[in-house]
Amino acid sequence: MSWFTKTFSSTIGRKLVVALTGLFLCSFLVVHLIGNLQLFSADEGIAFNAYTYFMTHNPVIRAMEIILLLGFVFHIYEAYALSRRNQGARSVKYAVNHLDQNSSWSSRNMGLLGTVIFIFLLVHLYNFYFKLKFGEIGLDAQGNKNLYAITEEAFSQWWYVALYVISMVALAFHLIHGFQSAFQTLGLNHKKYTPAIKAVGYVFSIVVCAGFAAMPLYFFFFK
Amino acid sequence: MAGNNPNSKPMNLTLKVWRQKNTNASGQLVTYNVKDISPEMSFLEMMDVLNEDLLRQGQDPIAFDHDCREGICGMCSLYINGRAHGPESGTTTCQLHMRKFSDGDTIVIEPWRANAFPIHKDLSVDRSALDRIQQAGGYVSVNTGGVPDANEIPIPKSIADKAFDAATCIQCGACVAACKNASAMLFLSAKVSQLALLPQGQVERKTRVENMLAQHDEEGFGSCTNIGSCAAECPVGISLENIAILNREYIVAKATSENV
Repeated sequence: MSWFTKTFSSTIGRKLVVALTGLFLCSFLVVHLIGNLQLFSADEGIAFNAYTYFMTHNPVIRAMEIILLLGFVFHIYEAYALSRRNQGARSVKYAVNHLDQNSSWSSRNMGLLGTVIFIFLLVHLYNFYFKLKFGEIGLDAQGNKNLYAITEEAFSQWWYVALYVISMVALAFHLIHGFQSAFQTLGLNHKKYTPAIKAVGYVFSIVVCAGFAAMPLYFFFFK
Repeated sequence: MAGNNPNSKPMNLTLKVWRQKNTNASGQLVTYNVKDISPEMSFLEMMDVLNEDLLRQGQDPIAFDHDCREGICGMCSLYINGRAHGPESGTTTCQLHMRKFSDGDTIVIEPWRANAFPIHKDLSVDRSALDRIQQAGGYVSVNTGGVPDANEIPIPKSIADKAFDAATCIQCGACVAACKNASAMLFLSAKVSQLALLPQGQVERKTRVENMLAQHDEEGFGSCTNIGSCAAECPVGISLENIAILNREYIVAKATSENV
């Protein structure tokens, strides 16, 4: 094996990929959240649909979409590979084990939380991305594809709103551990900065996920 | 003396102990009752009492690791009621006293569990995987010849303290036992940062971390997911900051070393 493949098949090398892609996906969450805040503007979706047109036609965004897909693929694949290795490192389990007394629940259940988020992602992509790309969609007053109407329709169903809110809670717990954990994996632990990183990670997780969860709740209760 | 202490009433306990004849045999938890245990005994002395009983009854005593019995050597292990070295933090099993338990308690005692730590017998496990990681790079080059004067190389106090804190690792393996991934990263990180922080460790710095991590992975330990159980259970308080140091040592070494 070359030094490169040795590095990225080692335990730290794989973690490094998970950390870097994780932080990249965090940056995607910010962009996605800010863009989608236009759902709250009181213009029956004119601004949101114009934004949708921009996002589906700008060449830079189109290229970033492929990088984003790769980010998800590497994040999920490497985390899965590490989980398999970690589960295989202890074949005989403890009869009594009190990890609850020395670590947080979210830190121990990143795989479970990630799986919930992954399932949500598939449903979410099917419902909006695929409908937008391949489905028959009406046009709004400006002649743009009316994704706003699709959103309004989806979020009028209670079970759909529930799925979104539960998934955002899972994402919040995933981020609370993941955000600060990524910095630790990159070797960035220093008494000057680590307390700030932990605080920012906590606030980031809550604010971003609450922002996303507010969208289905807004449509369900106020539209 | 014991009789004068109001808290020193003897206890009767139920123990569920992992019994396994050898590495390849399958094991199971076996229940034993121990009587008249003084709260002033250490956990290992309580095990000695049980073994005396077993010997008198003509049974095979329980194998468990121990040596100095004063918290220095790192030999004692035992996963007690779901915690490495028992419920106390910052102690080894020999420093755990029976006063932490109450009359009538049931105590489950299991060996360190990791595929990299095969069971010799009962509660005694083979921790030589940690030795092999150490041998892969946990050393420094020294010149032969005259003995150098003490403190000849200036080292800032804060760095010396940090290196010393890392050097307090007694290689007991509690970090591996407590980690949900059976990872030895806390151990490895203590060994790597101890030497990487000091001027004496610079010669082998990059090769050291590369070889030691390669050996860690080859032994079949899991990877770190930053849950922090290891540092919480470490009897000498090795900090998680060492794992961050290990990560950046590894990243820098892989990016810049001469080893292709």
